[in-house]
Amino acid sequence: MNDAEMRRVTAICNGTVIDHIPGGQALQILRMLRLEYGISNPISLVMNVPSDKLGRKDVLKIEDRELIQEELDRLAIIASEASVAIIRNYGVAEKRQVGLSEELVNIIKCSFSNCITQNKREPLPHKLLVVNRSPVEIRCSYCGKIQEMSEISNQII
Amino acid sequence: MGDLITMNDLTNEEIIKLLDDAKKMLPVAKGDIYLPLLQGKVLANMFFENSTRTRMSFETAMKRLGGEVLNFTSAGSSVAKGETLFDTMQMIDGYADVAVIRHPRQGAAQYSADAVNIPILNAGDGAGNHPTQTLLDLFTIREAHNKFKGLNVVLVGDLRYGRTAHSLSNALARFGVNLTLVAPDSLKMPEEIVSDLKSLGCTVSETDRLYEQIKNSDVIYMTRIQKERFHDQDEYAKVSEIYTLSESDLVGSKENMIIMHPLPRVNEINPNVDSTKHARYFHQAFNGIPTRMALLCKSLGIDIPKEVV
Repeated sequence: MNDAEMRRVTAICNGTVIDHIPGGQALQILRMLRLEYGISNPISLVMNVPSDKLGRKDVLKIEDRELIQEELDRLAIIASEASVAIIRNYGVAEKRQVGLSEELVNIIKCSFSNCITQNKREPLPHKLLVVNRSPVEIRCSYCGKIQEMSEISNQII
Repeated sequence: MGDLITMNDLTNEEIIKLLDDAKKMLPVAKGDIYLPLLQGKVLANMFFENSTRTRMSFETAMKRLGGEVLNFTSAGSSVAKGETLFDTMQMIDGYADVAVIRHPRQGAAQYSADAVNIPILNAGDGAGNHPTQTLLDLFTIREAHNKFKGLNVVLVGDLRYGRTAHSLSNALARFGVNLTLVAPDSLKMPEEIVSDLKSLGCTVSETDRLYEQIKNSDVIYMTRIQKERFHDQDEYAKVSEIYTLSESDLVGSKENMIIMHPLPRVNEINPNVDSTKHARYFHQAFNGIPTRMALLCKSLGIDIPKEVV
């Protein structure tokens, strides 16, 4: 991001900046990160700005909150190319990698209504397999059903 | 591990080895020879959903090999009291050496395999997979045609919920058959399966018309439209009698074409087909015994002798 783009929203003092989110996906990312309600951190959201890499991209700035690895793993499901910077005192203190692992354990649950994991009392973890990375294709490791990616943020555990 | 959850748990070489072993087991399956390879072993038949052939043929296979069988049905068990599958399977882990499971929920077999140490054999999980049926289907096809490659196989009926068709299509695609999928729009093969079949390099064509396929077929695999998978009985009524085969439909078919069906049938195949040279479904049901014998031995790590005499 250059300075002019940076200033589309105010630079933040402390927190996390998620850049290179595929255009239009920022709201879904907020849901994935469970940031859409119940928190008081200021959040700035930029949608559909031009990007060399993605054509159009979204940017999220979350103040006073450093995302942990588990949250980055969830982010990877819909924005595996995103770049994450941890900001401290207006400067980039750390860059964190977003990586989509091969197996998603207890991150999302299978959406299929007749999957064995729909019984909430069954104790084994929800497990889904990433069978394709581009475009991302995720299947339940128990029932084998492909998950609908446009709905995936509803399946976050 | 000795689990069999989907056909992907077996390589093509392992499948062929199982079919070869099953062939050796034929005299044992018929009861002509007693071969107690599995003496002292216990099979748990875990049926959370109805079964006739699968449960009984596993039981016969085990008994003719000298093993013992525990039969479980969910009615009257602690499952009716709300026990989880995980808990039920923990118990079985201690009671048996191998378990066969059929369950109305998809993924239940893989879930069980993750929950316990003993080998789990999937005998049908909802509308998911039914790989032990596939083994006997492949055995039946090979018996009739002595090959797979290049055969024209037509799968007919409920391909959406039909777990036998899901598992069988995977195996047939891997062995190079030409697949034709015949189903009404509402019961078409799930897209993830069709996409898998194509990525295996299989020629797949989809249609809703059965009768024009008959002439070129080497195998016609009929399936029942499964009433129990429909929530809406009006929807069921619309498609319940869409494909029926009777003797007169078979005029002009290939000499060695075979008609298969995992059974039970309702009205897909008229009884007047039973006495034709094409009918193979009852013999197919028998083939469940030798193939399941071979599979039980494999899962329990028991070698089948080179020659069974």
